[in-house]
Amino acid sequence: MVELALPKNSRVQKGRHHPAPAGAKKVKTFKVYRYDPEQPGNPRWDTYDIDVEACGPMVLDVLIHIKNNVDPTLAFRRSCREGVCGSCAMNIGGRNTLACTHGHEEIPGKECQIAPLPSMPVVKDLVPDLTMFYAQYASIEPWLHTKTPEPQQEWRQSPEDREKLDGLYECILCACCTTSCPSYWWNGEKYLGPATLLHAYRWLIDSRDEATGERLDALEDPFKLYRCHTIMNCAQVCPKGLNPAKAIAEVKKMLVDRVI
Amino acid sequence: MSTEFRTPLSRARGLGSAKHGAAHWIAERVSALALIPLVLWAVFGVIRLARADYDTAVAWLASPLNAVLMILLILVAFWHMQTGVRVIIEDYIHKMLTKSVLLVANLFIVTLAGALAIFSILKVALGGAL
Ligand code: SF4
Ligand code: SF4
Ligand code: FES
Repeated sequence: MVELALPKNSRVQKGRHHPAPAGAKKVKTFKVYRYDPEQPGNPRWDTYDIDVEACGPMVLDVLIHIKNNVDPTLAFRRSCREGVCGSCAMNIGGRNTLACTHGHEEIPGKECQIAPLPSMPVVKDLVPDLTMFYAQYASIEPWLHTKTPEPQQEWRQSPEDREKLDGLYECILCACCTTSCPSYWWNGEKYLGPATLLHAYRWLIDSRDEATGERLDALEDPFKLYRCHTIMNCAQVCPKGLNPAKAIAEVKKMLVDRVI
Repeated sequence: MSTEFRTPLSRARGLGSAKHGAAHWIAERVSALALIPLVLWAVFGVIRLARADYDTAVAWLASPLNAVLMILLILVAFWHMQTGVRVIIEDYIHKMLTKSVLLVANLFIVTLAGALAIFSILKVALGGAL
């Protein structure tokens, strides 16, 4: 059954407050989800009053500022800090996005809430456990499948066929879309979710791939594919501006094409 | 728990693909399409009958075209409803037993209601209602 409320041990409680330093110019409050599996007790919301004039422009800059200057216990993931690695995905002001490309000025109001990606188990603070997300991605075998013997050089592709991969290959697997999808929240063990399905389509329309039929077979399933009800949350949040919902619709269209 | 020793990939692959779903998806759309003219026709018919007396209404429904269209409307509408409710159950109910019971109940209730409706139309059309 769908769980509408969090289980008792996951309810978020009021946490610590870190006031702004004396002489702060422009203060904004950041309400951050904190959870440490090694400490007893429920997760909590810690609030940090931050002088945003002292930080860089992005939410990630604020988090780094907090970790360096206010509270070194805060855990979050980041690597590239320029929107290409996908590791800093989190829920900022109620929306999944990348902390490194989302400006704190963009968040209206005096307070900004930062939480880990929804519906995933939490490893610590803002670090979600994406094991299942990656396993689902692996399950679609995201590499070229061929029967024809390997050519001497590369597998060739026309510029037009290459163009079909635009809007798909740019995905950085940040999981913003998948963890914003209500269908994934309710059936995350069985529904593959938008990111994985976008990649499934990327391999389905690759002109060099020779396993299109088998790939379609593996997707045609009431749960793996057809849990998508075109709610479109995925397309709304994708920080790379991609449209997984459209890719999923294309997969459904391919499945129709092969029976009529 | 045994799941702790299963690899994530084994969990993600689960029972594999059911290799069906496309036909269901097409049928859902085709029945929705069929419902557009059928419902328009029915609404139009009912409006016309709104001020008519009982005998006129029975005569209307007893005409072959109206009776057949009404039966088709009932068949398509109930079938469409059954598939829709089924999707909702699959979305929200995860316990295998509850889910199976609800899916079967959905099928039985819709079949019963649909059969009653069709029998009633036939009764009127074949002259048992006057
Ligand atoms: S369109 Fe599909 S994949 Fe995207 S959020 Fe909606 S249900 Fe999920
Ligand atoms: S489609 Fe967009 S939101 Fe989804 S994983 Fe890829 S980059 Fe992230
Ligand atoms: S740190 Fe790499 S995407 Fe944000």
